[in-house]
Amino acid sequence: MSAREVILARIRSSLTDVPVGVAPERDVPVAWKYAQAVDVGDVLGSFAQRVADYKATVVRCAASEVPDEIAKALTTLGVRSVVVPTGLEESWKDAVTKAGAHVVVDSEEHRLSHKELNDTGAVLTAAAVGAAQTGTIVLDHSADQGRRALSLVPDVHVCIVRADQVVSGVPEAVARLKASVQAGQPLTWISGPSATSDIELSRVEGVHGPRTLYVIIAE
Amino acid sequence: MGTELERLTPAPPEGDLLDSPRFPQAAKTELANHQQRTNLRHATTTIRNKRARVVGELSNWQDLRDAGEAIKTRVGRHLDEYLLQFEENFTKAGGHVHWARDAEEANRIVVALVKDTGQEEIVKVKSMVTQEIDMNEALEAEGIAAWETDLAELIVQLGHDRPSHIVVPALHRNRSEVREIFLKEMGRYGTPPPDDLDDQPKNLAGAARVHLREKFMRAKTSTSGANFAIAETGSLVVVESEGNGRMCLTLPDTLISVVGIEKILPTFDDLEVFLQLLPRSSTGERMNPYTSVWTGTTDGDGPKNVHVVLVDNGRTNVLADPEGRAALRCIRCSACLNICPVYERVGGHAYGSVYPGPIGAILNPQLRGTDSEIDRSLPFASSLCGACNEVCPVKIPISDLLVHERHKVVEAKKKDPPHIPHTAEPQIMAAAAWVMDDHRHLELAGKGSELGSRVLGGLLGWKKIGPLPPPLSRWTDARDVPMLPEQTFRDWWKQNRETKK
Ligand code: SF4
Repeated sequence: MSAREVILARIRSSLTDVPVGVAPERDVPVAWKYAQAVDVGDVLGSFAQRVADYKATVVRCAASEVPDEIAKALTTLGVRSVVVPTGLEESWKDAVTKAGAHVVVDSEEHRLSHKELNDTGAVLTAAAVGAAQTGTIVLDHSADQGRRALSLVPDVHVCIVRADQVVSGVPEAVARLKASVQAGQPLTWISGPSATSDIELSRVEGVHGPRTLYVIIAE
Repeated sequence: MGTELERLTPAPPEGDLLDSPRFPQAAKTELANHQQRTNLRHATTTIRNKRARVVGELSNWQDLRDAGEAIKTRVGRHLDEYLLQFEENFTKAGGHVHWARDAEEANRIVVALVKDTGQEEIVKVKSMVTQEIDMNEALEAEGIAAWETDLAELIVQLGHDRPSHIVVPALHRNRSEVREIFLKEMGRYGTPPPDDLDDQPKNLAGAARVHLREKFMRAKTSTSGANFAIAETGSLVVVESEGNGRMCLTLPDTLISVVGIEKILPTFDDLEVFLQLLPRSSTGERMNPYTSVWTGTTDGDGPKNVHVVLVDNGRTNVLADPEGRAALRCIRCSACLNICPVYERVGGHAYGSVYPGPIGAILNPQLRGTDSEIDRSLPFASSLCGACNEVCPVKIPISDLLVHERHKVVEAKKKDPPHIPHTAEPQIMAAAAWVMDDHRHLELAGKGSELGSRVLGGLLGWKKIGPLPPPLSRWTDARDVPMLPEQTFRDWWKQNRETKK
């Protein structure tokens, strides 16, 4: 017998107390209402507040002001080169050039090597969902967010979240993301910049991911 | 020294974990370690308070725990169906599924997969199951270097040490110890730290960033565990803080995830329950910095070869006991460690296992059986104060299971071959177990140390609990509090908490 068959047989012989043929949902019902909104009051306000709690920079602005805010962010952070995914809004890409930084596009034809990514100052992406209660941003790596390595290797992540992408909490976020997962897309949930508390539990921002997270909320 | 240099990675301390002295003996050694006790007390108190604060923010916390309990109970009772569903979906998405009956088989599969890649080193995401099966040593024996990339695991690995906590494995080390370890060892295995490295956590983390980045950039193969495996979609989920997980999960060409068979969640929706329960219970944060979800392979993004090794290694033994089965619900959050007065005093090393604290005390004898001294002593490594039951996000009745496991140890001892001399042990255990096996007995016994002593003393014919005769002396000798708590946790809670609301 293969290991697979042995393990399955062991499981079945361990579960003789479980009635045969009863659907799992009937056997053990779960009294939980999924995908409910949670009470956070002002959703956008809480989102901004909670993201800032993680020591990320948060800026709220009108959608039309996003390019200006991008330029401001790059100047403040002193970033010289920025990697962008192919599907990013053109006006946002242009903002990088206007700020005097160099744009590097990561495309199917030209995938940046790990080293090239490592040598780039920042990454600029959109997002898929924001969750207010926990201050979480989720990327589903659609064309305006790029593959996973983009938002990981450069030291600065400038992320633009649209107001209509922000939901109250994790339950609503999970519900919104389901279609992406079913389509086979990976997800990256981000709550603040990379952090460790491994040395005497003192929190240090930035071990391996971006040490700076700069969030622009477009309203 | 000479043998050490022949190794690819720093050698762990000598001896097998299972050879650890049985708990009370180990506890005595660890108790004498003043530095460790100070570090532990500081750490557990801090995390405990953070947890209480963020849990208090959620008015539906008890509903969430009920949901977590029910979902995991369902998984246990239908594990075969869910595993097959996971396998089908993960495979459909381009991943490969392997099954391993035990640690040896799991390691054999991992070694073969790494050898297929032609690589001689891997980077690792911290994972409990790879420690449980001692994967690093199995790889080392085959000439493959496995590099820990979690900061705490790096400290443990470079320190020739063992982890002492599920979530914060280097909890027992302070900053100056970390600095010394880095200065002494980092340069031997990769990028050295700056010569003027001081003991500021920020600078220590910075040294680790530089040391590990070089390894991430060249790594072609990685391993991970998974916090959850979703049957409905065939996805794996890894919850982490530092981003080392994301590095390992996305940069290499080949990813091998070693996953215990109990890690299944039925549906993607169920994640909403566990992504609320886990970070708050674990590090006391509203959410951990990074969570990665992947389903097989994705074109143009992440590893091209993705494997999962589904590991039994004793889990089906746990499943076979309808009462003990509850322990398989554990999501390794470590809340029970952080609140345990015994763990806080003795630390993780005393438990002789990668699973320390209250969960270790019940899970190890279930996974490994009760043949070894250490596994026989673990169910007694508790004062049954019950604090762990209250914090467990999936409502594992840990103290009930401790009593349950005590019974099993007593039964196992009765069956020992006759050449092993019998003591009065079984009777003593049975009496102690009677006191503890029903909450009414426990509460009665616990109404005050006077009455408690009389109940147990009456049963055993002693006047007071005092230091107990062997084998219970193993436990009472190692600690300085009465065997039975003066007050049951329930009473304490009633007096101190419920009235304050
Ligand atoms: S037993 Fe419960 S509290 Fe302890 S680690 Fe497991 S899930 Fe967490």
